[in-house]
Amino acid sequence: MSSTLSKIEKKTAYTLLLPAVCLVFAIILFPIFANVWISFKEVGLKDIRIPEPRAKKIVKNIQDSNSELKIIYKLRNSSLIQDIREVKFSDKLPKNIEPVNLDKRCEFKSQKIKCFFGNWEAGYRENFEIFVKEVNNNAINSKYVKSNKPDLNGKSNNILLTTDFTFKNFKNVFINNNFVELLMTTFYFTFFGTLGAILLGIFAAQLVNQKFYGRTFMRSILLFPYVGPVVALAYTWTLLLDPNSGTINSLLVNYGVIEKPINLLGQKYLIINILGFELKLRLALTTVIFFEIWRYFPLAFLFILARLQAIPKDLYEAADVDGAGPFRKFFYITLPQITAILSILFMIRFIWNFNKFEDIFLLTGGASGTLTLPISVYQQGFAVSNIGMGSAVSIVIVLLLITFMIVYFKLIGKKANEI
Amino acid sequence: MKFKSLIITLLASSIFLTIIICIWKILATLQGLSFTNLNFNLNLLLSLGLVMTCLFIGKKFNHYLKIFILSLLFTILYIFLNENSPMWFSVGIFLLILFFTNKLKKYDLKYLNQDFISEKIVFEFLSLFAIVFFALVILFPFYIMFVTSFKTQTALLINPIDLSIDFSKNIFEIFKSYFVIFKTYDFGRYILTSSYVSVGTVLITLLFAIPAAYAVARLNFFGKTFLSTSILIIYMFPAIVLVIPLYTVFSQLGLRNSVEGLLIVYTATTLPVAIYMLQGYFKSIPKEIEEAGLIDGQNWFGIIIKIIIPLSLPAIASVSLYVFMIAWNEFLFSLMFLDNPKTFTLSRAINHLTGDAETPRQYLMAGSVVVTLPILLIFIYFEKYLVSGLTAGSVKG
Repeated sequence: MSSTLSKIEKKTAYTLLLPAVCLVFAIILFPIFANVWISFKEVGLKDIRIPEPRAKKIVKNIQDSNSELKIIYKLRNSSLIQDIREVKFSDKLPKNIEPVNLDKRCEFKSQKIKCFFGNWEAGYRENFEIFVKEVNNNAINSKYVKSNKPDLNGKSNNILLTTDFTFKNFKNVFINNNFVELLMTTFYFTFFGTLGAILLGIFAAQLVNQKFYGRTFMRSILLFPYVGPVVALAYTWTLLLDPNSGTINSLLVNYGVIEKPINLLGQKYLIINILGFELKLRLALTTVIFFEIWRYFPLAFLFILARLQAIPKDLYEAADVDGAGPFRKFFYITLPQITAILSILFMIRFIWNFNKFEDIFLLTGGASGTLTLPISVYQQGFAVSNIGMGSAVSIVIVLLLITFMIVYFKLIGKKANEI
Repeated sequence: MKFKSLIITLLASSIFLTIIICIWKILATLQGLSFTNLNFNLNLLLSLGLVMTCLFIGKKFNHYLKIFILSLLFTILYIFLNENSPMWFSVGIFLLILFFTNKLKKYDLKYLNQDFISEKIVFEFLSLFAIVFFALVILFPFYIMFVTSFKTQTALLINPIDLSIDFSKNIFEIFKSYFVIFKTYDFGRYILTSSYVSVGTVLITLLFAIPAAYAVARLNFFGKTFLSTSILIIYMFPAIVLVIPLYTVFSQLGLRNSVEGLLIVYTATTLPVAIYMLQGYFKSIPKEIEEAGLIDGQNWFGIIIKIIIPLSLPAIASVSLYVFMIAWNEFLFSLMFLDNPKTFTLSRAINHLTGDAETPRQYLMAGSVVVTLPILLIFIYFEKYLVSGLTAGSVKG
């Protein structure tokens, strides 16, 4: 009895899960594995299109005879790179109309013209003509003849399904493309972006955890940067920081803080003199990191605030009795209580910032020293049009990601479940 | 002790006041006033004087009368010492000082004798400053976005920091950018597409996620623990590693440039987090209620429809809002999959606008307002649900 019940339960569970699992498998897991396949191939953006045989039908009247027509099919191979094999053609003629002197490659059966064109090389073109006439020599309405569209099909190699593999892509990623700089930029961006967001989040949470007038309002406002769409916010910031007529540069120049506008998003290095030492600051990267911090500190804020509100009040009361000031309270009570959540947050946000694409893409497009791994995927795949290279960079990202996840689960995976 | 805390109070409060006045001045500059000097030192001295008198008067006077007279005096002194400014600016200064002196209410020489008072005072003004700082840093871009959309190209070129709205023009002139983006750039259609995609994603995600979450939360089956851990791991994989294979496959299947293709991808990427959030809530529903349903002869389907869904409406609301937000704001996939202006979503349309360097920035900002406003309004109205959705789902983002 119980075994049948559990069988039913299992069956129900699988039916309930099936749609979701299938979808996730098709759209998330399959592409991750497909990346491996593509990364070992030499595929460009233009190779993706499957070559198709195409035909454009033109019907022409013949002088002196309204019972005859000329049909021209403009045949072509849609691809300029690949051949199509065994092209088959068929078109239907209206009743009582028959072809005259049909091409050898074709045959006419039950009002259908069927042709076998054989192989078409890349870029193949042909004007294929057929003459037709009415069986009873009546006038033909050319509209009827034109109304049916020809049907073509053929076989071609899908470059993605062949088994030619190459290591070229990975060689390019690691050797030719300044991989170390790419990796360092990604790490700078990720590390400082995460750290900054968490620090700002601590400040904001500490602030909102106090009682003041307009506190709920403040809490909503703090989430705005995260809730707003990236596209709108990134473009607003680009306009704000624009060197020619951006608000911030104009304001700074107006108040005499700087003499010339600074191209915050377009200048790779800023040289600062501190006590005779020349410091090279990655300016555009720093700006992008600040945007990142601005946009994602609300998440850190939310988490930390939730944790702060769970700290027992009597801890602070005891500290009051002991005569501890606000700073001591923060360092000796609050901070130890939130370290666990901070470490989890750091790991998770690190992984996410590592993969951040939109923000940098919209602000700088990866120019002036802000090229990170995810941007590189886009650049290789779609700007350089080398799909294989893009996939290879994706594979690098996935591998690094798996490493981070292992570290994460080893270090704090169990703790995360407790909180 | 008393002396030290006095100095700290004086410094902290007057620096705070000076910074506030500077911020007010900068904001006034954006309204077209031509200030070129912040006069930081002068105003700091003025503020020091103000705080000092305020502290020494203490509670010897009626509080409201005191702050009113002090503010008035300070404002007049300020106007006298600084450059000419219109009336509204001075009124703003007056109100700022009224607010500030009111904050100083509890401070007098006696109060400064308490333990740790200097630390407390610094902390207090730091918090006040932090409120101003956060509000400014966050709202400033939104403000600029909004105000720029009402300007004209020539006005922006002549004076980029004058962002005041010219109310003497008629309504049509003021809202010109909005008329243009709806008429010329077809934003009405993009709003429809974006809404269709977002609402569709929410519905399909719920349709797939509720049964799956129920199975994970309640039923026993082989591979359950594996599944529930892999949900989170799958969720960690970013969109950027999916883009190239999906692009190639969708191109070959002809799903690119179709809103349906986008719907499928959005649903799949939000499913893991939706399942994760829902199953957590389903687990908190007492099992006895379901057992009562079983006895009444309901099957699993009936239990989900008649018991689970009505009981977990709050969780479903937060999942829906969260998924809606993700779908509405999504950019990467819409950039990759949509080339045809007929299928653009709002985000993609704005990106398309920037592709043409000639597009005036006020149109761009009007478009940004159009895409930002709905989501912010939804957020403010349903904040409770969205915040709980964010906290649960904010591993991502």
